Amino acid sequence: MALTFRGGVHPDDKKELTRKKAFETIPAPATVVIPMLMHIGQPCQPLVAKGNKVKLGQKIGESTAPISAPIHSSVSGTVVAVEPRLHPNGNMVMSVVIENDFNDTLDESVRPHGSVESLSADELIRIIREAGIVGLGGAAFPTHAKIQSGLGKVDTLIINCAECEPYITSGHRTMLERPEEIIGGIRVLMKIYRLDSAIIAIESNKLDAVRVLEKALPQKSSQIKIKVLKTKYPQGAEKQLIYTVTGREVPPGQLPAAVGCAVFNQDTCAAIHNAVTTGMPLVTRGVTVSGSAIANPKNIICRIGTPLSELAAAAGGYREEPFKLIMGGPMMGVALTDVEIPVIKNTNAFLAFSQYEDVYSEHPTCIRCGRCVKVCPMNLLPIYMHMYYQKDMFDELEKLNVSDCIECGCCSYTCPGRLFLTQTFRVAKARLRKRALESKKEAN
Amino acid sequence: MAMDKQLQVSSSPHIDIAEDTRSLMLDVIIALTPALLLSVFYFGFRALILTLISVASCIAFEFLYRRLMKKHTTIGDLSAVVTGILIAFNLPASAPYWMVVVGAFFAIVIVKQLYGGLGKNFMNPALAARAFLLSWPTTMSTWPKVFEKVPLIGQTADVVTAATPLAALKSGTLPDNTLMELLLGQHGGTLGETSAIVLLIGGVYLVLRKVISPRIPLFYIGTVAVVTFIFPRGGVNNLQWMLYNVLSGGLILGAVFMATDYVTSPVTKGGRALFGIGCGLITVFIRYFGSYPEGVSFSILIMNACAWVLDKAFRPRRYGVSSRGKKVGA
Repeated sequence: MALTFRGGVHPDDKKELTRKKAFETIPAPATVVIPMLMHIGQPCQPLVAKGNKVKLGQKIGESTAPISAPIHSSVSGTVVAVEPRLHPNGNMVMSVVIENDFNDTLDESVRPHGSVESLSADELIRIIREAGIVGLGGAAFPTHAKIQSGLGKVDTLIINCAECEPYITSGHRTMLERPEEIIGGIRVLMKIYRLDSAIIAIESNKLDAVRVLEKALPQKSSQIKIKVLKTKYPQGAEKQLIYTVTGREVPPGQLPAAVGCAVFNQDTCAAIHNAVTTGMPLVTRGVTVSGSAIANPKNIICRIGTPLSELAAAAGGYREEPFKLIMGGPMMGVALTDVEIPVIKNTNAFLAFSQYEDVYSEHPTCIRCGRCVKVCPMNLLPIYMHMYYQKDMFDELEKLNVSDCIECGCCSYTCPGRLFLTQTFRVAKARLRKRALESKKEAN
Repeated sequence: MAMDKQLQVSSSPHIDIAEDTRSLMLDVIIALTPALLLSVFYFGFRALILTLISVASCIAFEFLYRRLMKKHTTIGDLSAVVTGILIAFNLPASAPYWMVVVGAFFAIVIVKQLYGGLGKNFMNPALAARAFLLSWPTTMSTWPKVFEKVPLIGQTADVVTAATPLAALKSGTLPDNTLMELLLGQHGGTLGETSAIVLLIGGVYLVLRKVISPRIPLFYIGTVAVVTFIFPRGGVNNLQWMLYNVLSGGLILGAVFMATDYVTSPVTKGGRALFGIGCGLITVFIRYFGSYPEGVSFSILIMNACAWVLDKAFRPRRYGVSSRGKKVGA
């Protein structure tokens, strides 16, 4: 039987638009805007002020909070502003704006750290932290914090090469073009966790990447195994991936380490490898630029902080006037209000749609077909959760475990009555969190 | 590039499937068409006219009610068309035309719209209409003989009638019909319940198109098969008794097209299984012990009332927690 999980959907993956397009590195822009929040956790404090000279790879943001990741300059030049700017999340976030001097003068801190063998696990974790590495698959959880929380508990290291979101091929291209970097990163993680094996999990729609990675693995190495998974969305969701690969289910509200697993994205592995071997922090990333409004969809490597408008221009501009802009994939990505928003650490795709790619209904009507129940990979009952939400019955919603919802979008995607299911649960979860906080306050 | 137009901003997901309520209902209509054509072949054009009047009345009542109540029009979702076809399918071909209009009014206005319209009713509208129309018992149990064309207009009281196979089963004997006649639908019965084969083809189409899950029909028909096989009546051979019970009456029509009605059946896997089993048990119970020969409509209506309870009882196991409340894996 094919390796897979319960539930899920099969959207048209639209990956053929860009899967054969090799990464194209675009020149650094004249100005980069680097938000002090590009990860889950506490934002960084700027370490530079207006007028300061900065170098490529220089640390410009730092935080003492445990769940945070430092931020580096992606160009050399002059800080022209430290001010709140529009962030992909829709809020104004403190950002460092740097005018590029186009010299790419390297910061003194950027130098090779030596071979993996010569470094201790603690040193490696410190290197990963100092390089500002976060989960590059989309969630952007600080990688050093993820590693530390799982030390001593993890027996299975999984590399998430599922890339199940439609349109996105940036991870696929990393696998094809930089397999040694991914494998190098895996070796670093194996050393840190003291594991002698790892599993690379790839969806069956990327068999060319399987061949490339197999070739890049040392002959007769049985340490790093490749598992081919059935192509189904959301195979790349952490809990679903862990179940598919190991048969273990992560209990509600817990981290993968609770079932002895640690999951890292292929681009995160490559970034780890580069941080160790070259000392270069996370200042560039691969982005798939695609969608019906993009003239020439392609994969682009750009500096973090590059405005999305430059990516669109590099992809031949707009074929038609864009109707909707999305950072990330169409199932979980964020719709943007402005095209000058910068690329951040977890920007794996930038999509421009020329029209509705979903069908809007003025009168969403549930016909109780039960498809949402069938596709929910978290075994939830979206139909009843939606009903209780509409009736404001939050105790009932809590009983149906709405907080387990991973917001993958399968229920809304599959609903023939066009109900706003995922959207509703996102709000319901936030309201339940708020309610829990308030009742906590009252108790004190 | 300057944006002339405001960008559309909404919460993910940003794509969805092409299917909607209308396309699903259209598939159900397609699946019902072979049975309709066969009924015209057996009973003449009156079967078609009866069905068309039923469909037209359902659409008209739905449109008028929503217009009068100042609600948005819903006839485009085609659910009223499906109800219309199913009401006609539940009547003998000799039923007077006014009767389907009364049935359509009861189904659309009383059962469906008064509860809030599509998705809100708790009983299958077509079956509730049939139950209501049993207020005219003679008309509702006069079964025209196949190939004896029912006149298009005028009195239908003097049509050549036939007993349904169910009447024989009721008295504990096998009907005169051969099993092949039952498969092809050459026996007395309602307009739509004639041929088991044609109805099953429609069911397979719906399953292949993923419009319905086969769970309810399989459990329903399976339960009837098992119970009648174990408990034959009148000393009849187990297998024969079972086959006649499965192929007679409205079982296939009910199991494939009525018990699978989205709105009035459970959405959980276990709920659907028990829904089917419940329908099967009540059907056999009524056929064996009731005063009425057929139990399909009533069994489905009774189980309709249990749909929500069944969903509550068969909630899927919480992810990461075993059915006994323990952690899974590790």
